[in-house]
Amino acid sequence: MNRATPPEYTLRRTAFGALELDLEGQVTVGVVAVRAFPIAAPDQAISLVGPEGNELLWIDRLEEQPEANRRLIEEALSSREFMPEIRRLIGVSSFATPCTWHVETDRGECDFILRGEEGIRRLPHGMLLITDSHGIAFLVRDPAALDRHSRRLLDRFL
Amino acid sequence: MAWVDLDLDACLCFSPGWLVLTNVRLLASTPDGDDWQAWSLSPELSLRQHDHAGVGALELFGANERLAVWRYTLSRNVSALRLVDLFATCRDRGELHSAATDNVCPDCKAPLEADAEECPYCSRELQTPPSTWTLLRLWRFAHPYRLQLLAGFVLTLLSMAATLVPPYLTMPLMDNILIPFQNGKPIDVSLATRYLSGLLGAAVVAWGLGWAKTYILALVSERIGADLRTTTYEHLLKLSLEYFGGKRTGDLMARIGSESDRICVFLSLHLLDFATDVLMICMTSAILFSINPWLALVTLLPLPFIAWMIHIVRDRLRTGFEKIDRVWSEVTNVLADTIPGIRVVKAFAQERREAERFREANRHNLAVNDRLNKTWSLFSPTVSLLTETGLLVVWAFGIWLVSRSEITVGVLTAFLAYIGRFYTRLDSMSRIVSVTQKAAAGAKRIFDILDHVSSVPEVAHPVRLNDVRGGIELREVGFRYGNRAVARGVNLAIRPGEMVGLVGHSGSGKSTLVNLICRFYDVSEGAILLDGVDIRQLAIADFRRNIGLVLQEPFLFFGTVADNIAYGKPGASREEIVAAARAAHAHEFILRLPQGYDSLVGERGQGLSGGERQRISIARALLIDPKILILDEATSSVDTETEKEIQKALDNLVRGRTTIAIAHRLSTLRQADRLVVLDRGQVVEVGPHDELMALQGAYYRLYQAQLRHQDVLADEGEAS
Repeated sequence: MNRATPPEYTLRRTAFGALELDLEGQVTVGVVAVRAFPIAAPDQAISLVGPEGNELLWIDRLEEQPEANRRLIEEALSSREFMPEIRRLIGVSSFATPCTWHVETDRGECDFILRGEEGIRRLPHGMLLITDSHGIAFLVRDPAALDRHSRRLLDRFL
Repeated sequence: MAWVDLDLDACLCFSPGWLVLTNVRLLASTPDGDDWQAWSLSPELSLRQHDHAGVGALELFGANERLAVWRYTLSRNVSALRLVDLFATCRDRGELHSAATDNVCPDCKAPLEADAEECPYCSRELQTPPSTWTLLRLWRFAHPYRLQLLAGFVLTLLSMAATLVPPYLTMPLMDNILIPFQNGKPIDVSLATRYLSGLLGAAVVAWGLGWAKTYILALVSERIGADLRTTTYEHLLKLSLEYFGGKRTGDLMARIGSESDRICVFLSLHLLDFATDVLMICMTSAILFSINPWLALVTLLPLPFIAWMIHIVRDRLRTGFEKIDRVWSEVTNVLADTIPGIRVVKAFAQERREAERFREANRHNLAVNDRLNKTWSLFSPTVSLLTETGLLVVWAFGIWLVSRSEITVGVLTAFLAYIGRFYTRLDSMSRIVSVTQKAAAGAKRIFDILDHVSSVPEVAHPVRLNDVRGGIELREVGFRYGNRAVARGVNLAIRPGEMVGLVGHSGSGKSTLVNLICRFYDVSEGAILLDGVDIRQLAIADFRRNIGLVLQEPFLFFGTVADNIAYGKPGASREEIVAAARAAHAHEFILRLPQGYDSLVGERGQGLSGGERQRISIARALLIDPKILILDEATSSVDTETEKEIQKALDNLVRGRTTIAIAHRLSTLRQADRLVVLDRGQVVEVGPHDELMALQGAYYRLYQAQLRHQDVLADEGEAS
């Protein structure tokens, strides 16, 4: 990828709420911003993908983008990416699966059903990804940093 | 009225909200929850739904702008989709009820019985955690052996009583013989002989009874273990592919193999010992109380204390043992991952890294074990210490009682003899904590499998189809894999005997449709009907008997060629097998094998080429003479020459059957009656080849792209 000369582009939000990309004169409506490494490098490696699923533009680093574009991309990402980060475990209905977890996340409190122990995935650097029965992924960025009660509950499943 | 109770707000934070549709307006609660926003239904409004990564969105569009967007997690998806449907009918007709004329489930669109109110497929979603009294559930497997168990129990009681006789005899032996002798009386030989023969007799009887009870109970527990294993395996085989997709082979193997064995050992050894110990304690205390209540009381004093200690440690140990189990299956999983992929490991010279991965898993195993052992190692010595202290108390109190002549020396000796056994039993009883927890953890993991309700459940009263014609209808079929919708709103009717080709880019949902038609998975929405009957109403085995499946990667089991061909019909005669092999153009190459049809194939067996294996699998499908045939990229893994051979074999197979074929090379679908073009889980075009070409749509583009590709290949071929 040619990093030295990033192509000129402008982003715009249409009245229909879709993202419009003007890439060197070529205009595409309905562009989607996708994180290539949503967990490992959320602010790097972002791709702007056309409505047909074809890649239009690769962005190495979000912070190097012009302010207006960056804001639009961040907005597009935040309305699409949904991976609540668990801050605290309030309770679990049972230590045997399936069970209902009541947790506090960075997006508020919620309940979810853990179907089986295989719904908990270990990621590098000690992170945990917990997938609920509807396929929503909850992230525990640092299990050791949780409070004592949460750690004790979580420990029973690891 | 229809509504969705939203659970997310615009910036994807969890917060409740409502979206309500009446016959004239669409109402939404504002983020603060106090006010309502409303839009009157008018023709230019449209409501669209889409979802990604577990979050759904409803967007309301006006004539030239987006008016609003609402978000929700997929648990609300069903009602959201329903709202979108109703919105459209409501806007166009002004009335608020579903357009469907049949009685269909409002949620998942599956057709219902005329009088049914609840959808049997929707109510399945309930998830209840299994009970923690897992070990008691083993009774289900012990029940058939209850008579043997009762016999074992009676024998246990008797042998116990026999072992309690000798300490009792030490009392008169001491008081009537030894003490009088010390006081100057001569030894009464006949009395001494009587006591001693009593001791010998008790020992012999205890030996005989002990042997009988151990033998019977070991026999029973071994059978219970075997039943548990086979039942679990049988249940496992009935689970849907979804279950196998989410589990690792090593873990499942460990559960069925070693866990059931551990439970078996627990039942035959530890549980038996424990029951014996409890009986021993009860009987001993009865005897002790009958001799001297005060001394008995002091003797039994440490007991509740030890019981309390056991209880405290129990909790910590249980979680520890569950952890060890999990870590242990992690270790086996590394092996199960690496050994089948050994060619890749070696090709990329990653032996060191795989070894490191195994070492890492072992290190984790060690760390968990170390932590547990810290508690565990403290436990046994503490029990020993308490035991010794208990003995000390009995000595002290006993000496005091003897000095006050309240008991004889014989009584004290008998007490100490009893207590010696008693406390050593208590020590071994404390071990029951860990083994029970281990066995309970194992039982839980086994019952996890047994409790798992197949996501492709068998109906209670299946409909029987006697004469299958092979007409398949897909009605509003939708399927979701995890959080990805892989098929949506698919409608397709396939006539009996028709050949349909499924085409599309990879990931367009072709294989998903085939998996749904085979009922490897159940649809999330809509229904699939065979000759007008929902396939979920049929017994699975009955239904699958009508399906012949030829896969891209043919799987041969270890066994002879003939066994493999007759896999779907074990009782097939030799003539049938040969006829099927002939029709599959496999006969001749099979004859070339050193042992003909008796050659061993499969893992460790005769090496066969991809085309040969494929033709055996075609013969396998031919032999069961199915009404429906499914070819999932049956020819794509072989070269063109072999493909021709296989194509000839397939032509025999296709004749007179409803055929659904997936092929990457469009040329192999020439003789299909109709082609179904899929894109991102939806049907975009249906029709015969010529018609679709004339249409110049998605199929035309696919075909042109492949033609170009072939030209390039041909050019390259000429150039070289």
